[in-house]
Amino acid sequence: MATAVPVDHALPAEGRRSRFPGLNVLQTAHGLQRAMLLIGFALVCLFVVVGLAAPLLAPYGYADLFAGQLPPTSEHLLGTTVGGYDVLSRIIFGTRTAIEVIAFAIVLSLALGVPLGLVSGYVGGLLDRVLVLIMDALYAFPSLLLAIVVSIVVSGGKSGVFGGILSAAVSITVVFIPQYFRVVRNATIQVKAEPYVEAARVAGAGPGRIMFGHVLANVSQSIPVLTTLNASEAILTLASLGFLGFGIEPTSAAEWGYDLNKAMSDVANGIWWTGVFPGLAIVLIVTGVTLIGESLNDILNPLLRTRGGQAAADERELAEVVEERAAQAAQGRSSHVARSGSGQTAAASAQGSSQEAARGEAEAFEASPSGVAEASPDGSAGTGEPR
Amino acid sequence: MNPSNRPDQAPAASTAPAASPPKLTRERKPASRRSALARYLAVRLVLIIPTVWILVTVVFFLMRLTGDPITAMLGGKASPEEIARRRHEAGYDRPLLVQYGDYLLGILRGDFGRSMTNGNYTIGHILATYGPATVELVFWALIVAFAVGIPLGRLAARHYNRLADVSIRTFAILFYAAPVFFVALVLKLIFSQWLGWLPISGRASTRVAVVLDSKVDPDTGVYILNAILYGDFSYILDVLQHAVLPGLTLGLLTAGVFIRLVRINLLQTLRADYVMAARARGVPEGAVVRKHAFRNALIPVVTVMGMQIALMLAGAILTETSFEWQGLGFWLAKYLTARDFVAVQGIVAAIAVIVAAASFVIDAVNAFIDPRVRY
Repeated sequence: MATAVPVDHALPAEGRRSRFPGLNVLQTAHGLQRAMLLIGFALVCLFVVVGLAAPLLAPYGYADLFAGQLPPTSEHLLGTTVGGYDVLSRIIFGTRTAIEVIAFAIVLSLALGVPLGLVSGYVGGLLDRVLVLIMDALYAFPSLLLAIVVSIVVSGGKSGVFGGILSAAVSITVVFIPQYFRVVRNATIQVKAEPYVEAARVAGAGPGRIMFGHVLANVSQSIPVLTTLNASEAILTLASLGFLGFGIEPTSAAEWGYDLNKAMSDVANGIWWTGVFPGLAIVLIVTGVTLIGESLNDILNPLLRTRGGQAAADERELAEVVEERAAQAAQGRSSHVARSGSGQTAAASAQGSSQEAARGEAEAFEASPSGVAEASPDGSAGTGEPR
Repeated sequence: MNPSNRPDQAPAASTAPAASPPKLTRERKPASRRSALARYLAVRLVLIIPTVWILVTVVFFLMRLTGDPITAMLGGKASPEEIARRRHEAGYDRPLLVQYGDYLLGILRGDFGRSMTNGNYTIGHILATYGPATVELVFWALIVAFAVGIPLGRLAARHYNRLADVSIRTFAILFYAAPVFFVALVLKLIFSQWLGWLPISGRASTRVAVVLDSKVDPDTGVYILNAILYGDFSYILDVLQHAVLPGLTLGLLTAGVFIRLVRINLLQTLRADYVMAARARGVPEGAVVRKHAFRNALIPVVTVMGMQIALMLAGAILTETSFEWQGLGFWLAKYLTARDFVAVQGIVAAIAVIVAAASFVIDAVNAFIDPRVRY
């Protein structure tokens, strides 16, 4: 947590793998990267608090009507809308709606997408082919359109509080299932050839136990990043549904997209407060979530990962990769190398025979003698690269 | 397919290999590679059919879950007898699978049905009338996206984790985070309402639109082309003025994605061994980025840009609705609101074809330019 984690201590911490993945990530991050992550966390926390405490914070109810349309005043801090609603109260209650929908959507898409991907990848065969085809078709399709169609089906387009939130969540879920499916399926296919899976099978474990007991834990690394990125998309999809008139009724819950729809025609009359404030709320919450997702992505991406000071870390990273690859190549495990990254070298050596891979690694090894020299003293070479 | 062959093939993207493997294989390999490529492309082409079929089927049955089109459209607005009569006329009282078969047969003949709300137009007519407007919007947006996204993404990658990188990333994240319609609202507020520089909505002024719709001989449907064909500079200016805000709105959304894509791919490429080798040879940093890293970084970018077509079509629905830009997206939203399921299904099928075709083209381009693509 401390800002000034010395470089030398940061590395062993990485190896130890703290029980709280969040803390680990925070230690790995540094400088501006860490600032982005923290700003993101702060924004998200702010909105979660506002959402939870909405009835306490909002000056009025989200469906309370006031006479006429007022610009921001001391009584209505952000003014009122053409329909007579208090803008601030609707923004605050809208936070709650957004958070509920995201939570639902994420739980639903994880609960459906992950097992589907696991089974499809593990079982393989015809089931896998059919599922991949369907998921790819759904994935390629404009997600918003899919969400609209599903929302019409689930709720007939409009509905009350719970139904509206649920239908919005289901619409968003349909969009996300293919993404979890893909990630989990591809990882499963790689993992199921590992010796420990075979060992489990030999020991007599059933497919269900192997999939959920052994494989699942090993394919779930990329899910947190995907979930954060999806959460931000979920907010945007919800707002877009509301904007196009397929969201939640204004009397049953406050929703930012609906308010922006109503505000669009106000622009021609120079009324700015009905649109600008709900819009800013969306921008801020999505920015917060995206900052977290982006930073996580950059930090956890093994091809970009750096620790401590920029230049030194770069060198060390390179040295680690080179040395590890050289070691692997020497053992003739070229297939293993291929998995360690999607970069040019990895792919190229994957295509070669193990001997050629070894030659390639040796060349790379020579190209960076300084990095290797630096790697040895801190004793981290060959252990830091995550699988 | 056969991994042990690949190193020999890799340098020979499409022509005969320059290096010399044994003579026998030299004769055979280019041909086998080319036929493998042809087979791969053929398979990809054939796969378009199930993709489109799946989407059309999913949408058909999803929409029918809510009832037949007549009931959905007229429910509560007409008497039950009237609805029953019209259902029978349109054949919606037959078993669902029969209707589905009927619908598929119609699609095979190129008959997608007729809109139930918009003047009984055929779907083909609707696509031909409103499609060009969407193409025009996407064109302007792509110009903005390329002009903004690629240079900024490159700049961010070159100055990784420094001020330029962080501010560009923040910019990209903000534009990703801002819903299309909010960007539209703010742009309209500033440039139309407060500054009064640009028109607030539409594709052209009414006076201009009338002329461009009816008096241009080869009617392209694309206003800017029509205006150029008509040859009146004030018309061209009018069309351009109307295009600025919608183009910016959709373009900046896409630019945010381009920035992220270019940045992350260039970053990964800049860490590649051959880039380090170039640096070690003393190639100046600018040239390293320009000649060695940037082009290779663009390969995955091209792939994902193909996927952006789907995103842009979704963005077009929101952009067109925000600016009353009468393209396919604008009308699709209208048909959805009116529960005009026939029109919705037709447009969705068209979008499915476009998306599938785009992904085929991208795969084909990739297979040609990137020797590592497996097939």
